[in-house]
Amino acid sequence: MEFDWSVIADAMPALLGGARLTILITLAGLAGGLLVGFVAGLMRAYGNRLLNAIAFLYIELIRGTPIVVQVMFIYFALPVLADVRVNPMTAAITAIVVNAGAYIAEIVRGSFLSVHKGLKEAGLALGLPMWKVLVYIIGPVAFRRMIPPLGNQFIVSLKDTSLFIVIGVGELTRQGQEIMAANFRAVEIWTAVAILYLIMTGTLTLILRVTEKRMRIL
Amino acid sequence: MSIVEFRQVTKTFGPVVVLREVDLAIDPGEVVVLIGPSGSGKSTLLRCINALEEINGGDLIVDGISVRGSRSQVRQIRQEAGMVFQQFNLFPQMTALENVAFGPRRVRGLSRAEATEQARELLAKVGLADRGHHYPSELSGGQQQRVAIARALAVKPKLMLFDEPTSALDPELRHEVLRVMQALAEDGMTMIVVTHEMAFARQVGTRLIFMEDGKISVDGNPAQLLANTDNPRLKDFLQHVH
Repeated sequence: MEFDWSVIADAMPALLGGARLTILITLAGLAGGLLVGFVAGLMRAYGNRLLNAIAFLYIELIRGTPIVVQVMFIYFALPVLADVRVNPMTAAITAIVVNAGAYIAEIVRGSFLSVHKGLKEAGLALGLPMWKVLVYIIGPVAFRRMIPPLGNQFIVSLKDTSLFIVIGVGELTRQGQEIMAANFRAVEIWTAVAILYLIMTGTLTLILRVTEKRMRIL
Repeated sequence: MSIVEFRQVTKTFGPVVVLREVDLAIDPGEVVVLIGPSGSGKSTLLRCINALEEINGGDLIVDGISVRGSRSQVRQIRQEAGMVFQQFNLFPQMTALENVAFGPRRVRGLSRAEATEQARELLAKVGLADRGHHYPSELSGGQQQRVAIARALAVKPKLMLFDEPTSALDPELRHEVLRVMQALAEDGMTMIVVTHEMAFARQVGTRLIFMEDGKISVDGNPAQLLANTDNPRLKDFLQHVH
């Protein structure tokens, strides 16, 4: 077979449009996921029994089910259960928020608890309330340790957006699928799609590496 | 009036009794040296004073406030009782200067400029005026411990607690920390020091307490006790640390 570059050139506008949507879902989803993850992770690490149990249940529920099932549930089951109309884009972003949040919670918990307990004692011994110890002393040390595992999660979440093909969100994989269905140029289209993903994850890796270099891990 | 008063204080870790109905009163200006075999409860006794360990029985009054009081009362006690740890526990993401300025800023609410100025003076006092912009990882153990002392002093405590402050240091670095502590004692600071430094106990201490099995078994003048004690177990202990 012959690799036809013009196929890629013709497909590129649609693929780039899909990539834009992929980035949008990833960014919005991870922003929410970070927020949820921090709250749930700190609840697990420092919360009382009840807060701890709530966070634990949430994490187990999400880690124990596939993300495809989660997005299907949000998109198809939730409207039936709660009478809310969800558009595909909202369902996709919510799925990333909920899914990444659970994994990030464990990253946050692990990083905070890995900080030597002498630092907590030194902060408390100065007469600080616990929340200030977390914000000013343990948090900054823990944050640096989170960067490598967070990088992992960011990349996983970015690629997970490809699963939203099942609810018809026009992200990159979906665009590739649609073009392929029309012209049957599987090699060209999937090569182009793969390279676009690599560019996105590569950029993410680069940003994380720069961040890690600027902040020494302590 | 005593600044620290133990009243029948008991502390347990699960089934293990670490402090057994300890009574102890310490007056302002005293330099109390706590010694004893490992596991005798001396570090725990110290950590009960600023409520890093919670007591299980009796009461413990620090500067007129009970350690069993509310959270804000406990914080008040901690502000009056500075603590120096065996492992220094400096904040690794902050420079020496930032470590020392941290307490005044976040606890006493000073402005950054005021806190930094005060931190500079304290670092000079512990002989580290030129190390302000170094991170803890760039300092020797002795230097880190001196920064830790300055950090505790910055909150302007009424008494200082030292938990084996030289045990993690090489012998040649110990004297620089001990010298700072001696200067502090000469300034009239009330100090409670858990240590194995007998020379420090003799020269600087005003009171020596020997603990055994969660109880205070000897309490007296350091020079006299170290020269001649009739307690056989203290005698035996001193032979092993000398």
